[in-house]
Amino acid sequence: MGLSEILRANLLSPIPLAFALGVVAKLVRSEFTLPRDIYTGLSIYLLFSLGLKGGVELAHASPASIAWPAAATLLLGCITPITTYLVLRRLGRFGVADSAGIAAHYGSVSAVTYIAAMSFTKAVGADAEGFMPTLLALLESPGIHIALAIGAVKTASPDRAVGHVLHEVLTGRTMVLLVGGLVIGALMGEKGWTAIETFYDPKGAVFKGALTLFILEMGVVAGSRLGDLRKVGPFLLGFGIIMPILHGALGVWLGHLAGLSVGGATVLGAMAASASYIAAPPAVRITLPDANPTYYLTAALAITFPFNILLGIPLYYEMARWLAG
Amino acid sequence: MHTTTLNLVTIIAEPVLEEMLTRELRQMGARGFTVTESRGEGSRGIRASDVPGQNIRIEVIVAPAVVPAILAHVSTHYFPQYAVIAFVQAVEVVRGEKYI
Repeated sequence: MGLSEILRANLLSPIPLAFALGVVAKLVRSEFTLPRDIYTGLSIYLLFSLGLKGGVELAHASPASIAWPAAATLLLGCITPITTYLVLRRLGRFGVADSAGIAAHYGSVSAVTYIAAMSFTKAVGADAEGFMPTLLALLESPGIHIALAIGAVKTASPDRAVGHVLHEVLTGRTMVLLVGGLVIGALMGEKGWTAIETFYDPKGAVFKGALTLFILEMGVVAGSRLGDLRKVGPFLLGFGIIMPILHGALGVWLGHLAGLSVGGATVLGAMAASASYIAAPPAVRITLPDANPTYYLTAALAITFPFNILLGIPLYYEMARWLAG
Repeated sequence: MHTTTLNLVTIIAEPVLEEMLTRELRQMGARGFTVTESRGEGSRGIRASDVPGQNIRIEVIVAPAVVPAILAHVSTHYFPQYAVIAFVQAVEVVRGEKYI
């Protein structure tokens, strides 16, 4: 399959289409929006499913096969917040708080982008490794902590907030469900998994249906930010597209070096390219109150997320295929 | 029925501040509080509640002597950077000793 065919197939898959419907609903000022509790419930289900399945697979994986990919993931978690901060500060002339705030988002990972990348690689027949959810859990928090530490050191932010935020990120919904699911999955093994597979399997119909609903609401949320695109200026617009491509390339390359398959390197690239919008925003709001939420939320949700699910993931896949020869 | 005159302090703030604010209110002498989710619009516009989650409305009944400390704390720590408002009313409560 050529790149144009892959792009077309990707654009006509449920995830981008549901996202587009959400955006359109917002543009025509429809009153439609997913009730907040359902949105939260769906995210809990999605994260817990990823954790459980990842844990079952982790029980099979040999420590040797996962060691290098895990190291590559942690390295990405340390590099991406720093590159983001430096680019915004030096090239974009953003203030310290805004740069560090955006860096916390781009240093962390978007679970939905990860899921989209997993389903893309499956659709093109290049399944990623089963232990990928472990890498997702590893990438979640280092980026946020590094970026907030840069911000705290450079702005002398209120120290009462820092400890609170460290606790909040490490015990947040994503970490508890993902890491907790990994542990449960590893303990229960295949036997336990068979009993609940129909409901929780990330490759199953229930999961995909829930994901499509979740993405629909993300389209609504992103659509409500489109008006802000004018406020954030051309630099951040370009940044929201170019930075993911650079981080994506770095992720694919490191994944390749660490011995991941084409699918695995594609997913790691998408993870590195993505920006968090669940764990990072409240953490940044508390520790870096001077950072403008319009900047970091618009860049992560209205620019980088749609770019990744529409074009980015197929691009990282092409990079991974090219590297693998 | 016997009532006591005390002060009801209402603080409406961004959701991320709930834990810090309620902890600090207790440290300043509040014996309890009520938190409800709320929505609205103010001088910072609806953008204030940009970060996902609904605004919170904290209501706390305290002795008049405690009020200045609470208002001063909220003014210095939260007004400059967050969307927060605070106001005070006199209220008649039964079992006044519960609150002081």
